Amino acid sequence: MWQIFHKLGSPKWFFGISTRFMPWLLAGGVLLLMAGVVWGLAFAPKDYLQGNSYRIIFIHVPTAFMAQSVYIMMASAALVTLVWRMKLADVFVKAVAPVGLVLTFLALFTGSVWGKPTWGTWWIWDARLTSMLILLFLYGGVIALDRAINDEKSAARAVAVLVVVGVVNIPIIKYSVDWWNTLHQPATFKLTEKPSMPAEMWVPLLLSVLGLYLIFGWLACVRMQTEILSREQRTRWVKEFVLKGRV
Amino acid sequence: MHPIRKKRLTIVLFLLAGLSVAVALTTYALRQNINLFYDPSQISAGEAPIDVRIRAGGMVEEGSVVRDPESLKVEFLVTDYSASVPVEYVGILPDLFAEGQGIVAMGRLNNEGRFVADQVLAKHDENYMPPEVASALEKASEAGAKSATESTKSATY
Repeated sequence: MWQIFHKLGSPKWFFGISTRFMPWLLAGGVLLLMAGVVWGLAFAPKDYLQGNSYRIIFIHVPTAFMAQSVYIMMASAALVTLVWRMKLADVFVKAVAPVGLVLTFLALFTGSVWGKPTWGTWWIWDARLTSMLILLFLYGGVIALDRAINDEKSAARAVAVLVVVGVVNIPIIKYSVDWWNTLHQPATFKLTEKPSMPAEMWVPLLLSVLGLYLIFGWLACVRMQTEILSREQRTRWVKEFVLKGRV
Repeated sequence: MHPIRKKRLTIVLFLLAGLSVAVALTTYALRQNINLFYDPSQISAGEAPIDVRIRAGGMVEEGSVVRDPESLKVEFLVTDYSASVPVEYVGILPDLFAEGQGIVAMGRLNNEGRFVADQVLAKHDENYMPPEVASALEKASEAGAKSATESTKSATY
C-alpha cells in the first residue's frame, strides 16, 4: 500500500496520468456546470419570498462550497508535505492556492450582490462573512509566503505549516451560523436531513457544484503540470517531453 | 510507517489539537462580541446596554406593524416567541420586511425599553420553495385551522 502511495508522489508518473484524465474532467465539468447554471437561472421555479433574486444561489453556493473544499484538500496535501516530504503534495498546494483565492473572492462578491436586494446591505461583520473574509486572507497569505521565500524546500515547509494552521477556520465558517447569531441564514443542506428546498431547485444546484468540482480538477492538473515542468526542467524526462511532445 | 514520519505526524496532530482548543476557548470567551445581535429575551432580561449603539434581531410579530400615514415612521414588535421588544424606525424598509419575517435592526435602546432603530436589515431563512407550494401550504394550514375550530364548535353544540 505504501508503495502505491509513494508512486503517486512521482511527478513524472502524475504528469503522464493527468494528461489522460484532463480532457474528460474539462468536458464533464463544462457540461455539468452549463446544465446546472442554465437550468437554475432559466428554468427552476422562483422563490416564494425572494422571487428571482435567489437565483444567484446557483453561483454563490458552488463557489462558496468549492472555496472551503479546496482549502481542505490543500490542508491534506500540506500534511503530506510535512510528514512525508512528498514533492507532488507541495506542487498541489502551490498550484491550487490562487484558484482557491479566486473562488473565495467570487463567493464573497456574489454574496454581496445577493445581500443588497434581500438583506438591504452589501456587507455586515457577522461571523459567517468575517470568517469567509479570513479564508480569503489565508489564501492570499499562502501565496505571499510562498513568493517571499526563495529556497524551494523551506518555502514548502513554511507554506505547509500556515495551511495546516489555517484549517481551524474551516469548521468556524461551517458552523458560524449555528454557534452565533448571524444575518446569514443557516445551511439549506445538511448531511442528516432532507434539503429545505424542492428537487427542482437542488438538482440544478448539485449539478453546478459537481461541474465546478470537475473544472477545478482540470484547472489543478493544468497548473500542477506547469509547476512540475518548471521544477523538473533539468531532468531527462522533461527534456524528452519537450523534444517529442509526450511522456 | 517510518518512525521519523510517525514522529512528524504526531507533532503536527498535537499542534493542530492545541490550536483548536486555543481557538475554541477564544471564540467561546468572545461569544457575545461575535454574536451579531441581541435577541428579545436578552434585551428584556436587561443584558443589553442602554443608550449604546447595538443590534437587535428577531421575528416581526404578526399584526404588530403600525405605519404612520404622515411619514415614513414604522413601529413594530420584534419577538423570539418568548419575549418581545417594541422597535421604532423612520426610513425605507427592505423589500423582504414583513410580519412573521426575521429582521436585524441597528440602533439604541432607550430607558423605556423601546428600541430606536436607524437601520433595519431583513433576514431570510434557509427554506426555499416555489410560490405555488407556499400558497398551497398556507391554504392547507388555514383549512386545518378552520376545520379544527369547526370541530370544537360541533363538539360544544
